[in-house]
Amino acid sequence: MSSLPPVLIFFVGALIVAVTRGHMRRGVLLAIPVIGALNLLGLEEGATIEFEMLGYTLVPFKVDRLAMMFGYLFHLAAFLGNLFALHLEKKDGAGVQHTSAVLYAGSAIGAVYTGDLISLFVFWELLALTSVFLIWARKTERSLRAGFRYLVIHVLSGVLLLSGALMLAHETGSITFGPISLDGSMAGWVILVAFGIKAAFPLLHTWITDAYPEGTPTGTVFLSAFTTKVAVFALVRTFAGADVLIYVGVTMTCFPIFYAVIENDLRRVLSYSMINQIGFMVTGVGLGTALALNGAVAHAFADVIFKGLLFMTMGSVLQMTGRINGSDLGGLYKTMPITAALCVVGAMTISAFPLLSAFITKSMVMAAALEEGHIWVWPFLLFASAGVLEHAGIKIPFFAFFGHDSGIRAKEPPKNMLAAMMIGAVLCVVIGSFPGLLYSLLPFEAEYHPYDATHVLTQMQLLLFGALAVVWLMKRGIYPPEIRALNIDAEWTYRWLGPRLIRGIGGAVALVDSAVRGWVLAVVRGTLRSAHRGHGPQGILARTWPTGSMILWLTVLLAAYLLVFYF
Amino acid sequence: MNEHTEHPVRGEGGAPPEREHVWDKPRNVKLLFNVFYAVCAILVVLDLVIPRDDHHAWERLPEFYPLYGFVGIVVLVLIAKLMRRVLMRPEDYYDE
Repeated sequence: MSSLPPVLIFFVGALIVAVTRGHMRRGVLLAIPVIGALNLLGLEEGATIEFEMLGYTLVPFKVDRLAMMFGYLFHLAAFLGNLFALHLEKKDGAGVQHTSAVLYAGSAIGAVYTGDLISLFVFWELLALTSVFLIWARKTERSLRAGFRYLVIHVLSGVLLLSGALMLAHETGSITFGPISLDGSMAGWVILVAFGIKAAFPLLHTWITDAYPEGTPTGTVFLSAFTTKVAVFALVRTFAGADVLIYVGVTMTCFPIFYAVIENDLRRVLSYSMINQIGFMVTGVGLGTALALNGAVAHAFADVIFKGLLFMTMGSVLQMTGRINGSDLGGLYKTMPITAALCVVGAMTISAFPLLSAFITKSMVMAAALEEGHIWVWPFLLFASAGVLEHAGIKIPFFAFFGHDSGIRAKEPPKNMLAAMMIGAVLCVVIGSFPGLLYSLLPFEAEYHPYDATHVLTQMQLLLFGALAVVWLMKRGIYPPEIRALNIDAEWTYRWLGPRLIRGIGGAVALVDSAVRGWVLAVVRGTLRSAHRGHGPQGILARTWPTGSMILWLTVLLAAYLLVFYF
Repeated sequence: MNEHTEHPVRGEGGAPPEREHVWDKPRNVKLLFNVFYAVCAILVVLDLVIPRDDHHAWERLPEFYPLYGFVGIVVLVLIAKLMRRVLMRPEDYYDE
């Protein structure tokens, strides 16, 4: 093996980033993913590092096609993210943000090259610990609290993964990071939930919509790239073809789009949109055919770029205007035309217009659903595809850059941010227009041709008539306006109900407690009072008796004694 | 944090009058919409002209995709509007 495990380059790089400043650090930030990518070229499939520890075979490094695809993807994401964040200064917490971003990217890369569940667990927890600083660096009360909630949920996911791995070792004697059965295996389900938390399964998804909108303008770009995609990767490795994932995935594609329509914070709209996109990937994993799995990983690849691009454009808006609510924005195209145009490219890509990347990736999952005869899954996926157009394709660019003129005249973001967005946009077009490039990286053997007359026509019909519906709803005044408000979701259970339940139970306990205490105190007081009556200062037993009276009583006793004796 | 909120706002601080931007002109907006409607119309016609392979029974219905896209979005938005009645809370709802 002529290359190093890629994670080393990132972890050593992070050390250098932590101790350097200025131009030097900027150079290192860009060099790390480039050197890492060159290193990847020298990796050979099948290369492994393994050793025995405490009776388990640990495989911290293992190379195969699936790992390589995510390896390339994460290097690309790290490069774009670092470029986008290059302008950060000391007041932004640049040192902390850069270092944690590189460590975070390294953890994601480390995770995809692991061959056993214990090694995976280590990187799984590192993903959480390194990324939370990208939320805390916002330095607001809200980001601090959201960061803690994020950390608790992810540490819980890690604990479940470790427990599941140990249960699996007990059940099967193996901790290999490979296909795991869900039939009658408790361990399988525990591991599925651990992955499900990071993959944002329904009801386990709230950490995304809670924490991602609270990250720094540049930090959320990193957050959107790594954690959930590592989870998708892990699902492909372990649960490919698990039927339950089809239904979980379809639910994920559908429910977030309703929230996205009425959400005001545009980065939270994108967070709901992420869940929707991951839903397509999870459905693909559940379908489990070569085409579906290729679709899942290809869509993950495309999503990192186009969702990253959209988060970059919204990060730019937040950075340059200090605002991110749809109700406060609008008309920004006048002074930020380049950002606006790049946002439109990202919006059209996520909507899966022909010649753009999602068109050639998402359709693989949908085609696989029909091939497998899931005729009731397909209509939901189609509905969700139209829904993407509404919230990400139209709402994001429209409310930020067009629509009602907010009067804000913010400048274009710094050149490094524009450059990162441009590269992202170009990649969306290149991948979409030359599908062979991405398809050649796909790990499974399956034939698929995205460009035929039927596919292009039907997709254009679906999207443009969806857009027509939005135009009609807006012109009729039916379309819901952006309102400064939030919408409660599953997080309501632990952010509102939980504290009140605990407070309520606490109150009840306090009532019973004070009643019992009162009764006990009354009893004790009563006892004390009666004791006091006898033994207190005025009590009959506490009186001081004069010596005379003792002699008197002694005399009486003696007299009585004499009387008894003589008679 | 580089989130400054002082940015020039139109009509404040004696800023010079702005030039008209591309979507300030109603003519341009109207042209955009007309092109959009025309493309939609062409897509309806193409549906009848282009022979299609179908994999799902619904795809055999004439104009299935345009109808599905339009109705899907209308239903989506109407349901989301109803959800607001149940789910919407003030912005500081969770702040202690």
